[in-house]
Amino acid sequence: MDTKAKVRVRNLTKKFGDLLVLDDISFDIKKGEFVCIVGPTGCGKTTFLNLLVKLLEPTSGNIFIDGEEADPKKHNLSFVFQEQSAFPWLTVEQNIRFGQETKKRPKHETDNVTEYILDMLGLKEYRDRYPHELSASMEQRIVIGRSFAMKPDLLLMDEPYGQMDLKLRYYLEDEVIKLQTATKSTVIFITHNIEEAVYLADRCLILSQKPTTVKEEVKIDLPHPRDVASKKFIELREYITEQIKWW
Amino acid sequence: MKSGKKKLIRKILLGCVGVGIFLGVWQLLMSMGVISERTMSTPGQVLETFIYKLRSADPDGATLQEHFLSSFKLAMIGFITAMVIGIPMGLVMGYFKAARLLLNPMFEVIRPIPPIAWIPIVILFLGIGMPAKVFIVFVAAFVPCVINSYTGVKLTNPVYINVAKTMGAGHFRIFTKICIPSAIPMVFTGIRLSLGASWSTLVAAEMLASTNGLGYMIQMGRTIIRPDIIVVGMLVIGCTGALLSFVLGRIERHIAPWRK
Repeated sequence: MDTKAKVRVRNLTKKFGDLLVLDDISFDIKKGEFVCIVGPTGCGKTTFLNLLVKLLEPTSGNIFIDGEEADPKKHNLSFVFQEQSAFPWLTVEQNIRFGQETKKRPKHETDNVTEYILDMLGLKEYRDRYPHELSASMEQRIVIGRSFAMKPDLLLMDEPYGQMDLKLRYYLEDEVIKLQTATKSTVIFITHNIEEAVYLADRCLILSQKPTTVKEEVKIDLPHPRDVASKKFIELREYITEQIKWW
Repeated sequence: MKSGKKKLIRKILLGCVGVGIFLGVWQLLMSMGVISERTMSTPGQVLETFIYKLRSADPDGATLQEHFLSSFKLAMIGFITAMVIGIPMGLVMGYFKAARLLLNPMFEVIRPIPPIAWIPIVILFLGIGMPAKVFIVFVAAFVPCVINSYTGVKLTNPVYINVAKTMGAGHFRIFTKICIPSAIPMVFTGIRLSLGASWSTLVAAEMLASTNGLGYMIQMGRTIIRPDIIVVGMLVIGCTGALLSFVLGRIERHIAPWRK
């Protein structure tokens, strides 16, 4: 195991009654690494993320960030959910400030980071608008901006582009890469779309069927922006797809 | 902008046409003798009585303004007290389990009792003066305030709560920054229902035991067989309710500008 890991997951196990969902999962993530988690439908990917972010308590095992037990109050954790999660009663700017204010970050720092994120995502001219006044993709950008504005120790994303069309997906994926590179955030991204995983990740964790374990780790050593039609890209995509098959 | 203005004019015009048709049918039914003049007044007579009552205390002992102010004051005191106590109580019950366990059984028993059923016991305790009527209005307005605030908090999208939790927000911040704003639309629905309930209950209370107010005026109209006075009283109640509802809508737009 990597001793300089930013995030260490150790022997993570989750049972719901007699049903063993996650079985003794361990892995490390380095600072600034982008890890995608893929696996067969219903293997417990969302449960896994909920455990990582402490929305659920594990049956056994733990998650450590910088050597300390993960705690949302102590660490900067951020979660982009599958569902639309921009707060409808806050403007674009207030949404982006929300997490920073929760963490009681100094005002001047919050101002600076908010401006930076608004600028990066092209949201400056919409700063006083409410989410319902914007398109679905803009709304998702607010959520992503709000998460990165936290300067998260760990950012978790649960199929954030599940509802988007292909073109919009690529556009938002490029934005995530841009933000992740700029903020050097550590990201865990869950997706059932293998192409998306290969497009984004530095490393892919392939989960097995229930009871879920990490079946394999695949390093993706391709430069960004990635060419989805390149031979290497297609090889990796096909390889991961093969590993996910349980039939 | 221009299209917005056009829409507004169209809305007002159609509203006026609707009222005009109603008044026309009313007048027609009276003229044709379908409705007897002994049991109902014509729109013209109602208008005459309305103007007359603005400056005369005849035949019920007070001018329309005096009756209106007396009722309005009572309704507002009861209604505002119900809002001030009911909304925070509902919000707290919606979020904090201990408060819910403490208050819910009592509230569940009080909730099904119709406000009018309180009148006899309130008269015994407080007589027929202002405190008694304020209390009855309060009971009527209190229930929708509590229920809607409570439901508003309970219906908060769990995703919003989870977002705040993962960011490290504590209970107080989640309650004040997530659950309360999320509940505002439901709270306003409760306020509207409360307003309606407070008016209707007030009039009922005044009809049973009072010496002034719109309910008393209507009751007097019945006693002396003056349908015009009854209808004037009813219309003032209706128009005031509609106006208050409009004002509430404006306040809601100001407090909750994110609503579509």
